[in-house]
Amino acid sequence: MATEPEMRPHVEMEMVAVNTTKPLKKKKKPRNLKRRIVQHWELYLFILPAVLYFVIFHYIPMYGVQIAFKDFIPSLGIWGSPWVGFEHFTRFFESYYFWDLIKNTLGISLYSLAVGFPLPIILALSLNEAKDGFFKRSVQTVTYSPHFISVVVMAGMVIAFLSPTTGLINHIIGLFGIDPIPFMSDPKWFKTVYVFSDVWQNTGWGTIIYLAALAGVDPQLHEAAIVDGASRWQRIWHINIPALVPTMVILLILNTGSLLAVGFEKILLLQNSLNMESSDVIATFVYRSGILDAQYSFAAAVGLFNAVINAILLIVVNQIAKKRGGASLW
Amino acid sequence: MVVKNESKFDQVFKVFNYSVLAIALIIVLYPLIYIVSASISDPALVNSGKMWFFPKGITFEGYKRVFDNSEIWIGYRNTIFYTVLGTAINLFVTLPAAYALSRKDFVGRNIFMAMFVFTMFFSGGLIPTYLLVKSLGMVNTIWAMVLPNAAAVWNIIICMTFFQVTIPKELEEAAIIDGCSTTKLFFKIIIPLSAPIIAVMALFYGVGHWNGYFNALIYLSDQNLYPLQLVLRQILVLQEMGSQMTGSGAAGAAASAMHNKAEIAAIIKYAVMIISTLPIIIIYPFLQRFFVKGVMIGSIKG
Repeated sequence: MATEPEMRPHVEMEMVAVNTTKPLKKKKKPRNLKRRIVQHWELYLFILPAVLYFVIFHYIPMYGVQIAFKDFIPSLGIWGSPWVGFEHFTRFFESYYFWDLIKNTLGISLYSLAVGFPLPIILALSLNEAKDGFFKRSVQTVTYSPHFISVVVMAGMVIAFLSPTTGLINHIIGLFGIDPIPFMSDPKWFKTVYVFSDVWQNTGWGTIIYLAALAGVDPQLHEAAIVDGASRWQRIWHINIPALVPTMVILLILNTGSLLAVGFEKILLLQNSLNMESSDVIATFVYRSGILDAQYSFAAAVGLFNAVINAILLIVVNQIAKKRGGASLW
Repeated sequence: MVVKNESKFDQVFKVFNYSVLAIALIIVLYPLIYIVSASISDPALVNSGKMWFFPKGITFEGYKRVFDNSEIWIGYRNTIFYTVLGTAINLFVTLPAAYALSRKDFVGRNIFMAMFVFTMFFSGGLIPTYLLVKSLGMVNTIWAMVLPNAAAVWNIIICMTFFQVTIPKELEEAAIIDGCSTTKLFFKIIIPLSAPIIAVMALFYGVGHWNGYFNALIYLSDQNLYPLQLVLRQILVLQEMGSQMTGSGAAGAAASAMHNKAEIAAIIKYAVMIISTLPIIIIYPFLQRFFVKGVMIGSIKG
């Protein structure tokens, strides 16, 4: 990849920058603070649009999340609506679909994590072993490309390819004498369809971050290993894979943090009344009950439950990673 | 490095490795080629599984029907408009904020940063955001398409990292000593030096606007405001095609040969996939280079 060699100097440059500015920072006394703020007043103007955006479109909705504990009546507004405590939460927990939603959400997440997490690592290690040249570049260009296909077109492709009568996949399995499978209308296939269409679309793209990490491996390590008679496989196992561990840990933490926030835009498109029993996840449920049925408070409560679980998972996994002495987010 | 005597094992490994890559290449490439071929093949042959790779019974009926469809053109027009306006707003919000955050002498930098990053991990959620957009009177307006995602934290971080690592500190210091104001410094020095990151940002945000459908789904009900992706959703996912498309409106031998509604629907689907993705395919060489760069700048920080 053409950009790889350029990246290492960047890292070094940044470290230099950090090292030279740190002592300066310590020298500055608090009494300079006011002067520095006044001197750089334009920077506050620079950051103003972003601050306004995050306050309006992110922090006001966080304030608005209180409707989860209220009975939201549009004419009374968020502030004026009466409090009902945890009523919406209990209603959700006691509903017959609660465990189905949890099961589907976790099922799809863990399934995609189990399949989708190792594959980019394997492909990146494999690409890293290939000689630079036309073939390697082609593999990269082609495998990155599905990343840019929109989720609607992707869902359209899945539906078209999996049609039991006219779909490509069923034509292919027909060659092996297997009867057509109604992938989209049989609930037991939904999760597999979701996970493997994701693998097709994103595995190539997922290699980039690992390839960047592999480009940072000191070539001397490999040279020394070769002198010691290590095989390619041994060098991958003892040098390359350990070099990827910090990246893996960070990505794993981020993935766990969004375990309940599955790719809901695609699920919503692939969902139909026939596969609903295995395709309905918390996020699609929130969409249906909140936006379509206008049960704002109830849907907000379900959404808040989801967000809280996500936050807890993220913190717990990050804490575990930190304790183990590995990489962590904070 | 020079590898003398490659062992037997290493040679086997090499063959195995190239096979893995070749399989990955075929798995990804084949469906893409199939769509292109299917969009110009006789739908009867495609549907019955007789078209495997090269187009068979070549016809451009699918493209003709798509071009004759006014909904798709309105969708196209709207999407171009949302993409251009949305990306302009994204850049206006992202670049100055990222620059401010990249300055180590900016007091409050960490507070702002924390405020932005917090929203990556916790948000009010779909319903409170929807109610906010509704109460601002933005439902069924173009603003619902461009303002609720006016900036992305991750992109601000990427941009900030770029400013930190590529703009020489001495240059900024020299400009400030010469009495250059921050605004002037930003427009006269920083922006001209940052063409690559501006391209990365424009492409990141632009592709997001082009491909997005969810905001349109929840905020727009007026068909005339529908972006392309919502029109596509009707055709590809809900399989709803107006009589304008499948009806016998189009005359000609090809049209009368395809009286089967399902066949017409099939060829339209493949044609529409190609047409909607075409702009992205055209800019893909740039996308790939710049996107890879963007992801890698991000990974230095992350």
